[in-house]
Amino acid sequence: MNTIIFRTIAPFLAALAGLFSVFVLLRGHNEPGGGFIGGLIAASALAIYGIAWGVAPVRRAIVVHPITLAGFGVFLASVSGFLSFFAGSAFLRGLWISVPFFGTELDLSSVLLFDIGVYFTVVGTISTIGLTLEEPEVD
Amino acid sequence: MPPSAIDGTLLFALAPFVAAALGPWLTGLIGSRAGWILAIVPALLFAHFTTMIPAVAHGDVLAASVPWVSAFGVDYSIRVDGLSLVFALLITGIGALIVIYAGGYLKGHAHQGRFFSFILMFMGAMLGLVLADDLISLFIFWELTSITSFLLIGFDHTRAAARRAALQALVITGGGGLALLAGFLVLMSATGASSMSEVLALGDAVRDSGLYVPILILVLAGAFSKSAQVPLHSWLPNAMEAPTPVSAYLHSATMVKAGVYLLMRMNPALGDTALWTTILPIFGGATFLVGMILAVKNTDLKQILAYTTVASLGLLVMLTGIGTKLAIEGAVLYLIAHALFKGGLFMVAGTIDHETGTREITGLGGLRRAMPVTFAAAALACLSMAGLPPMIGFVAKEVLYDGVWQAGGLSIALLVGLVGNTLMFAVAAILIIKPFFGRKTETPKHAHEGPPSLWLGPLTLSVLALASALLLHDTTHYFVVPMASAVYGAPLSIDLHLIPTKISAPVVLTVITIASGIGLVMVFSALRAAFAGLVNGIGWGPDRGFDQVLRSLVFLASGLSDILQPGRMKGYVMITFVVTAATLLIPMWVFGEWPRFTFTWPDAPFYFWVVFAIAAVSLWAVLVSATRLIAIVTLGIQGTMVAIIFMLYGAPDLSFTQFMVEVLSVIILALVMTRLNLSPSDHRSWGTRLRDGTVAIACGAGFALLLIAVVEQPFDPRLSDFFAEYSRVIAHGRNIVNVIIVDFRALDTLGEISVVMTAGLAILALIRLRSRHRRFDPTRPDLDDGESLKEAARDA
Repeated sequence: MNTIIFRTIAPFLAALAGLFSVFVLLRGHNEPGGGFIGGLIAASALAIYGIAWGVAPVRRAIVVHPITLAGFGVFLASVSGFLSFFAGSAFLRGLWISVPFFGTELDLSSVLLFDIGVYFTVVGTISTIGLTLEEPEVD
Repeated sequence: MPPSAIDGTLLFALAPFVAAALGPWLTGLIGSRAGWILAIVPALLFAHFTTMIPAVAHGDVLAASVPWVSAFGVDYSIRVDGLSLVFALLITGIGALIVIYAGGYLKGHAHQGRFFSFILMFMGAMLGLVLADDLISLFIFWELTSITSFLLIGFDHTRAAARRAALQALVITGGGGLALLAGFLVLMSATGASSMSEVLALGDAVRDSGLYVPILILVLAGAFSKSAQVPLHSWLPNAMEAPTPVSAYLHSATMVKAGVYLLMRMNPALGDTALWTTILPIFGGATFLVGMILAVKNTDLKQILAYTTVASLGLLVMLTGIGTKLAIEGAVLYLIAHALFKGGLFMVAGTIDHETGTREITGLGGLRRAMPVTFAAAALACLSMAGLPPMIGFVAKEVLYDGVWQAGGLSIALLVGLVGNTLMFAVAAILIIKPFFGRKTETPKHAHEGPPSLWLGPLTLSVLALASALLLHDTTHYFVVPMASAVYGAPLSIDLHLIPTKISAPVVLTVITIASGIGLVMVFSALRAAFAGLVNGIGWGPDRGFDQVLRSLVFLASGLSDILQPGRMKGYVMITFVVTAATLLIPMWVFGEWPRFTFTWPDAPFYFWVVFAIAAVSLWAVLVSATRLIAIVTLGIQGTMVAIIFMLYGAPDLSFTQFMVEVLSVIILALVMTRLNLSPSDHRSWGTRLRDGTVAIACGAGFALLLIAVVEQPFDPRLSDFFAEYSRVIAHGRNIVNVIIVDFRALDTLGEISVVMTAGLAILALIRLRSRHRRFDPTRPDLDDGESLKEAARDA
């Protein structure tokens, strides 16, 4: 799409949406949000960028092939499940630790890692579909 | 023997599998000489089993067991009695010779290591089969022999005939194996026994059980398919596509006897009923005769041997079915004799093929000077096969004639035995006369004696066939009595003589056999022509039947997938929606569980009605929109309104997700639109519209009615209470939806994201594949759904 307004704001919109997706992802455990919604937002950010500027810049921006992101997501989620083996508990049992972070307590957990895995899977898969469809066919 | 040794056998019996893993590596290291080293494994096992002979001859049953899959009560257990010990000795003894033979026979073959691996794997499976006590593990080893046999028959996988033969063997023996499994399961549920020892200890319980007939038929289906009984025999001659060591080992000495083994093993539990003594002799006798007729008809050395193997298996089944003491002794003796002479003769045939380049018996002659050692081995083996003194085959034939005679006098079985044995005599005579005597013929290769690896095996087996007859007293004491007792189910005492002590029925029958056999040899060419005419006259056989069955199966499958997968998107969508509507509506209709419509006007603020109105209007806009793109976007608007309704009713997570899904589906749908060469507007006829609209309304109404019916049910708060109470306490999160997704139901989510990723991969592959397809065939229309295929304006 080649309206000048859309082309100009698309990168900013995409960057903002990307940032917002991370925010939604991280707040998910206590407030509305989470990996799935975050992933969808990030995917739409990439879609906006892609519609405005074409597929190639998007591919450059995310460096790896989007399906790799999806695979990485499933991998991360599985790994977070296996972490509990080291604590001697069942697969996917949530583990929590608190670390001091600039004067406040930060709660980190295997559940967060799992949610990040969901996020990557959703971004990766949706972008794979979107980008592959957007690319002109090799005729 | 010390009690611990049998426990060791549990472990040692798995050694062939270890050797199979090492085979390719060792062959890569030292080439074909690996055969001599790998043969040490079966040779050591053979030595191990010989240490058990005294105990077993004494009447002991050695057993050991370890739990395997304890959840299902499956053990890895072994039971060594007279029957399994003789089989174990044959498997390991002949196995060692075969591995050495294969070293010479396949010397220089690119995949010799793989061959060693397969054949040792088979050895492990076969050994496991005959030693197994637990029924389930017996079945597993049984199927493992079918699978390794498949690999070995198809070893020369570049030839279509080998692939077909491998598939045929797998389908027939594997199918029979499944019947056997069913039989075992019925047996286990009928009697509660899970092992052979328990089954054998039941006495008459199986015969008296109401399920005796199905058990018998299923077990027989397994045994008959494995032991190539008519009409399931055709896979065995076709299996001759395998390299000769395989034919010698699997398809004469060991695997094909698994069915006979099973019948012998279960004889004490299943045998001695009217059904058993009828079915087995009928099938066995028919197989004996058909096998011999086809053996006479053929001219290929291996085919002749294969059909005589079929015939011999029929004879064994027949004798097991007759089931008297003498018949079983005859079966046991003949089984041992057959393994020795047929294993040897196959190796001889392989050596002849290897050294002369042909297996056509009509093209061979005068080899006895060129191949003296092979000739000696073949001569002894053929003597045994013909049933002439002083070989073990002679003793076997005397006893089996005695058994058949004493069981029924002048019966059909006796006639079958007489005719079959006469033909066997004639074929044995031809096998030694044609290739080795007469004038030397020109062969593709210059004939000369093979290396030691090629004559060691046949010579050893032939000498054993002689020695076991000369030392008949020991053979009887150590092998025949324990094995026959195990088959009969009660201790037997047997006294055998190599030289008949008095003129009795068997002696007379033997004289008749030899006399008429010599007569047949004189007119063998005419006999062959007559049988060939007979077989060709019939025209149809189970081998062709197998092809017909497979062809109709493929035809059915492709017909069915043409219906289910026509490649028309519209068809798929239609089926999906019709089925959805049916599953939603039909249960409500059948059970009369329509919603009661206890409808109350919602007390909602005015902006709710505004949102609702926008949703309704955009739905209407979808229906009347001029182009497809507008329809997609307006559908998105409707979805967004639903997301807002979710928001107004306090489900922010759901609303968020719905919103994002709407945005992305509009984008993706629009992109898909650009990909498909659809015309921008909808050109459906009114008839089609009516049909599609009906389905759409049925589907939507189904969902709506279901939801209304569900909401009318009293709300069960147990789950939501649980999550509300524990979400914060044990999962450290206030957002219940998220906590459920990532913690309480994390395993579900893991499954879902795996599906999502896989779907992404599949879509990627599909789109890529489609573009590549287009590149190769640009004229092919991409869409054939009756829609306009006119070039659509591309939205670049």
